[in-house]
Amino acid sequence: MTEVIATNQTILVVGGGISGMTAALEAAECGKNVVLVEKNSALGGRVSQLYRYFPKLCHPICGLEINQRRLKQNPRIRVLTMAEVTAIAGGEGDYTATVKLAPRFVNENCTACGECSKAVDSEVPDAFNYNLGKVKAAYLPNKMAYPQRYVIDPSIVGTPEGEKAKAACKYGAVDLDMQEETVQLKAGAVIWATGWKPYDAAKIQPYGYDRFSNVITSVEFERLADIHGPTKGKILRPSDGKEAKNIAFIQCAGSRDENHLRHCSRICCMASLKQTNYVREAYGDEGKSTIYYIDIRAIDRFEDFYAKVWNDPNVTFIKSKVAKAVQDEKTGDVVLHGVNTEGYHRYATPHDLVVLAVGMEPSVKGADLPAQIVSDSSGFIEADPANHAFFGAGCASSPLDVNRAVQSATASALRAIQVVNRVARVED
Amino acid sequence: MADMKVAAYICQGCGLGDRLDTKALAGVAKKEGKAAIVKEHEFLCNADGVKMIRDDIANEGVTHVMVGACSRRAKTEAFGFTDVCVSRANLREGVIWSQPETDEAQETTQEMAEDYIRMGCAEVKKMTLPAGDPAAVTERTLLVVGGGVSGMTAALEASRAGYQVVLVEKSGALGGWAAKLHKRTPGKSPYADPQETPVAAMVAAIEGDANIKVYLNAVTSKISGAPGRFEAEISTESGATTTEKAGGIVQATGFNLYDANNLPELGYGKSANVVDQAGLEALAKAAGGGAIKRPSDGGEVKRVVFVQCAGQRDDSGKHLPYCSGSCCLTSVKQAMYFKDANPDIDTVVIYQDLRMPGQGEDFYRSGQTKGVTFTKGKVSGVEAAGNQCKVSFQDLILNDQAQIDDADLVVLATGQVPVSGVDIDSKLKAEIAAAAGDNSLMEAYNASQQEGAVKPVSILNLTYRQGPDMPQLKYGFTDSHFICFPYETRRTGIYAAGPVRRPMDMAQAVEDATGATMKAIQAIENAGIGRAAHPRSGDLSYPIFRKEGCTQCKRCTVECPFGAIDEDEQRFPQFNQARCRRCGTCMGACPVRVISFENYSVETVGSQLKAVDVPDEFSEKPRILVLACENDAYPALDMAAMNRNVYSAFVRVIPVRCLGSVNTIWINDALSNGYDGVMMMGCKHGDDYQCHFVKGSELANIRMSKIGDTLKNMSLEEERVSTFEVAITDIERVPQLINDYAALIQKIGMSPMKGF
Repeated sequence: MTEVIATNQTILVVGGGISGMTAALEAAECGKNVVLVEKNSALGGRVSQLYRYFPKLCHPICGLEINQRRLKQNPRIRVLTMAEVTAIAGGEGDYTATVKLAPRFVNENCTACGECSKAVDSEVPDAFNYNLGKVKAAYLPNKMAYPQRYVIDPSIVGTPEGEKAKAACKYGAVDLDMQEETVQLKAGAVIWATGWKPYDAAKIQPYGYDRFSNVITSVEFERLADIHGPTKGKILRPSDGKEAKNIAFIQCAGSRDENHLRHCSRICCMASLKQTNYVREAYGDEGKSTIYYIDIRAIDRFEDFYAKVWNDPNVTFIKSKVAKAVQDEKTGDVVLHGVNTEGYHRYATPHDLVVLAVGMEPSVKGADLPAQIVSDSSGFIEADPANHAFFGAGCASSPLDVNRAVQSATASALRAIQVVNRVARVED
Repeated sequence: MADMKVAAYICQGCGLGDRLDTKALAGVAKKEGKAAIVKEHEFLCNADGVKMIRDDIANEGVTHVMVGACSRRAKTEAFGFTDVCVSRANLREGVIWSQPETDEAQETTQEMAEDYIRMGCAEVKKMTLPAGDPAAVTERTLLVVGGGVSGMTAALEASRAGYQVVLVEKSGALGGWAAKLHKRTPGKSPYADPQETPVAAMVAAIEGDANIKVYLNAVTSKISGAPGRFEAEISTESGATTTEKAGGIVQATGFNLYDANNLPELGYGKSANVVDQAGLEALAKAAGGGAIKRPSDGGEVKRVVFVQCAGQRDDSGKHLPYCSGSCCLTSVKQAMYFKDANPDIDTVVIYQDLRMPGQGEDFYRSGQTKGVTFTKGKVSGVEAAGNQCKVSFQDLILNDQAQIDDADLVVLATGQVPVSGVDIDSKLKAEIAAAAGDNSLMEAYNASQQEGAVKPVSILNLTYRQGPDMPQLKYGFTDSHFICFPYETRRTGIYAAGPVRRPMDMAQAVEDATGATMKAIQAIENAGIGRAAHPRSGDLSYPIFRKEGCTQCKRCTVECPFGAIDEDEQRFPQFNQARCRRCGTCMGACPVRVISFENYSVETVGSQLKAVDVPDEFSEKPRILVLACENDAYPALDMAAMNRNVYSAFVRVIPVRCLGSVNTIWINDALSNGYDGVMMMGCKHGDDYQCHFVKGSELANIRMSKIGDTLKNMSLEEERVSTFEVAITDIERVPQLINDYAALIQKIGMSPMKGF
């Protein structure tokens, strides 16, 4: 049975991406006790699946390393992975959260030696790489995974494969009898930092994400460029593994569209501008990028980055909402059709690969939140007195870039601290 | 230390027992490492193994523990003993996972492991358990400089968390920019209409808050001290000066609008009917909800043109190169002032890219619904024509010159210029630009130094050796350089908030000020227990300075990236622990080695590299020292090992806090001890630097460029000391760099310094 000590002076942080980790760390480094609940098997969230950041082009896992080190040495944070909050009852200063813990089938004895993985043959889709590749059914979530502990996929539990994994572990870490658990936690305040998910690109029918293998999403493109990704950092297109040198980026894929997402997702322009650098990094002058856009939203000093990309002769900007995409079955190329609104020229342009700059939607939306929470028309949590001590943070509260998400998370930590300090004053 | 008792524990798990002769390793720990207790364990990180160590600490008086197992990044919970000094010999990732599992490799693999045991024992013996700064104090008061929405937010949020606040505002009233507004852009659903500003409510809340003391018409004329013990002199216009104590500071000094007088081509100053966004707010306020009149003659306004990016996103070098991020929202709001009063008034927003992210899209949609016209274009000129204006622009959709002849009012969206005080790095930046062949900054700097030149006025007036204000990142904004860490500050305990940090709208400023207040409060709490802030959060060590021996060379005071070190009258360094971030740059800079940390010192690293067994010249086994940044290069090596990317068995890796902490004595010692080469792996430097201690890797590079003479004196080739920029993702490149370097050493041959 998982034991967690929590009181109504504890801050419950839901979501272990960069926002949740930040909120937990900032509060804990201020002397508060925190329980950090993450649905996946490792912390890091969507940011850990990015290859580089805009505009510095530095690597997100560098900051993740620092945050993990802060976490490892801080006894005030209790981390629960593979855990989901299913209900929150009570009110400010006195919440009770119900947390469902999925079985990992690997206990704390795991040394991450990898013998279980060697022993099994079955493979499962690699969620860390957006299922673009496969991993063994006994796997480490990723190379930076914290906790650094393997996971046995439930599909092999109760099969000879599961037994093989168990037999391979000399340390008694594989526990195939592990069961789902439900625990109840007290908390004085709740920080909800469940982040975002990419908009379901298949819903944008004219772009054919569900029909054309060479139409991918921007988050998948990140994995192609990353050395830890399915192609080990090579930009190869899915249909035939050919080097994708002529790449189209379609902006506002789902965003700014009342049929899909009402809001502007803020990050996608910068993300595509950044990704043109991946093309350049991989192929030099042979790499060509075309950005189809409505407005380029490169706010504040990001303008510099935009100007640099704008002046790159290998990048073309076309002000147009693409009408449709068609993949040529023989060549594998994807032809984009539409009208360039600057001058009203029709185009039908082939590309090796099409990247949809998919919008952000909140991972957990209004009605799915485990408490009565005020959210906006897109499902982002609003700052509202009616939410009492339940605070949205990061992309659960608004479509934000990493920098602003961390700001928001830091602010949420203070709001939670205000509550637990009030509780402490009453109790002392 | 009389009471020191060293114990070494060697793990046999994860294949260590199969690949290595752990008995021999134990022998090394006993004989050479001089460990009093040496134990092997088949599974050291499990409950039983950890209990064994715990028992020895409790019952045997062990004070120093050397764990020979996996990387220091792994199993931190199991081996995180906080009551003893701990070193880790990285036998798993550092040896068996990065070496081939072949018979031929067996000998060098074992040698590598034995060296890491020697190093781990040597290091731990030189460590002292940090006891924390006995002088640590803290004042649970927040000083807020600037009384606009950002500053008022900081004050109120800090008070709500139970802290005292001193709020200093330059003008005679709170409210700042927001007080000048007729209405604000909406900050929450439904994002459809302009809203009342929060100023009146915030001012009332502050006036009714006993925790908040407000100084109006006042500036911070002097701030000294450090987090936990700042002392601020607050001077009021009347000439009175009061001293207030504070533990942390939020600087929320806001922005000025870019001066539209610089835009005569857009008609400003030539026609009363051309105003900036502040001018329009003033007109709207004066109208008090009634019709806004034409300034020139009080005539009826029938057509209003909003010129976006006026003097912004400018590539000519004359105006602001950046986008202010908030002006599109503001123009839509201002267009609504007209549309809401009279839908027949024509409002045209001429823009290049309409930038209203997030739910700003709903506000944009609301503007469209209300009949605001949006035209993608670039305005080239505004001319007065009687009581109207002629606006000429390039229509970017039709790709044609176009004109609006009868604008009654033209509003220029001119953008935000931060109020950030003195650019303390202006001379340095000018020097760097001049070195790159651009003299413009140096000319500007020299002009600013002339007698009679208007000198920038400091805001904080810090008594810090490195200058009176916060370092600026770009375009005068005092922002963090780090994407993951927007509140990283180079002046610990002082946080910028709101538009002084980066251009932003009110909703963002409120969020930002709350975050900055969080960090300032954390700095206050950290100061009380002498604990480091991010990125070495929780570190209780601090620089210990031995005054005798110091030559007053000032390198430490100059190079500290955080301005932590001042100088006394005799020019000895004065360390301010609470400002320090424990990077060790001062330690690396010190030519006489009088600066150290209890858990990290010239000795902890020096003793490790000296502990390595260096085979003789004829062994064909060179030794290469790798000093690796613990944040990026070291994890990259770990992850390379997880992928079983093999590298040369001749390297011995020592993680360092930052390359900035590398003292050249380590290089000298390595070379004179017969190492054949030294590789330094740090983070990228330059404009987009990735060093988390700002300048560490760059400083190391500069220091090492000067090591040539040393090498010459020793008759050694230059290549024997090399620095590399490494990223955490370089899991294939780092092993390659090592292998290439090992091959290069092979080529130049073994060092002649062995055996001396």
